[in-house]
Amino acid sequence: MEQEIRTVGLVKRYGELTAVNRLNLTIRQGELFSLLGVNGAGKTTAIKMLTCLTKPSDGEAFVGGYSITAQAEQVKRLIGVSPQETAVAPNLTVKENLELICGINGFSKEKTRNKTEELCKRFSLDTVAQRKAGKLSGGWQRRLSIAMALISEPRILFLDEPTLGLDVIARRELWDVIRSLKGKSTVILTTHYMEEAQALSDRIGIMKDGSLLAVGTAEELKQKAGASDFEAAFVAIVKEETV
Amino acid sequence: MRALTFAKRNAKEILRDPINLGFGLGFPLILLVLLSALQANIPVSLFEIDTLTPGITVFGLSFITLFSATLISKDRESAFLQRLYTTPLTGLDFIIGYMLPVLPIALGQAAICYLFAIPLGLTVSMNIIYAIIGIIPMAVFNVALGLLFGSILGVKQVGGICGALLTNLSAWLSGVWFDLKLAGGFFEKLANVLPFFHAVETEKALFSSNPELAATHIIPVILYSIFITVLAVYFFLKNKDLKQ
Repeated sequence: MEQEIRTVGLVKRYGELTAVNRLNLTIRQGELFSLLGVNGAGKTTAIKMLTCLTKPSDGEAFVGGYSITAQAEQVKRLIGVSPQETAVAPNLTVKENLELICGINGFSKEKTRNKTEELCKRFSLDTVAQRKAGKLSGGWQRRLSIAMALISEPRILFLDEPTLGLDVIARRELWDVIRSLKGKSTVILTTHYMEEAQALSDRIGIMKDGSLLAVGTAEELKQKAGASDFEAAFVAIVKEETV
Repeated sequence: MRALTFAKRNAKEILRDPINLGFGLGFPLILLVLLSALQANIPVSLFEIDTLTPGITVFGLSFITLFSATLISKDRESAFLQRLYTTPLTGLDFIIGYMLPVLPIALGQAAICYLFAIPLGLTVSMNIIYAIIGIIPMAVFNVALGLLFGSILGVKQVGGICGALLTNLSAWLSGVWFDLKLAGGFFEKLANVLPFFHAVETEKALFSSNPELAATHIIPVILYSIFITVLAVYFFLKNKDLKQ
């Protein structure tokens, strides 16, 4: 399978703090890859570098074959991003939010209409299409936020903590949405929920203090840690590093 | 086209906020009514409607800065702008998108102030049109100031700087409420250095068919507009790059 993302010794420093430390990672085309780690592990910083929101302090990464440092414009044409915080225009309706991103991507009126209808249906947003985004619950806002990230039909989709702060029902609903993306785009998801990483991912990368400790399928990580369940495996891998 | 789509969004965000409409339009209109009523009982030449209205329209523009700055700083503080930074929008698209929609809102606000003053006794003439056109440089100044403050300040700071400080500066140093010569000294000199007084005098001159006087006062306003626009664009783009 072709490589979609490749990072080579990627580093991000903020003064004395090294948020991401020599990240070497390969993600394959069509894969749903999760970066798993506790808060402050460096997941969001890694995503910010890969989406050209933050320049690396050192190292390089290639997204869809393009350099994140030298070819940011080309990278931006390939990716969709749903940031950690819900990123919607609060005084615009759900439909208008989707239309806004269509317009920013230079879609024709017809394509805008078709795309908006398609995404409203796919994400079950029809019932709230005319409501202002700022008045929706967190779950609906997150759903809209992901729909907005998909408008440009990105080859690579970044979901930064997509279910953070959602109740269990909203989280499970969003999982179904994310599962439906499998095979259509390469999806890179950050999370600190172990069950989420296990339930959704083809492969998981475990991060701690900016470093990537282990990469593999949930099964492989369990075997590596000699643990019977994934949570125990995660704890063992993280603790082993601490020791 | 991308910039226009973004501009449309920004116009909707501003116009759909009831607080914006309440303050931006309601407050200047209430001032017109109150000061006209005051003038009716205790005649003060400064508060005659033909003198007062041009000043109030300029004062009203300070709220435009507040709306614009609030919108931009909110976008910066939320993840919305982050999302847009990952799209094909360019730096110029952002600048146009933030500045363009606020300008017609500012001119609309000035037009409404003049129309509202007609039943209060404002002299109806072509001068109203000239005055609305003449307010454009000051509107650009206020819109650019919004971009500048929105680019460098947080939402709470914008509330303090634009909501309190700027509206007061605009009020006290414009000569709308009292003759600056009465204050004299440093206060008068400061008012002469800043654009608020000159913008009000431009409006008054245009409204009283004195284009020569208007021309002398509009020059500092234009210079301020250019200076602040350049500064705002610089800081917005610098801030955008810093994020990266």
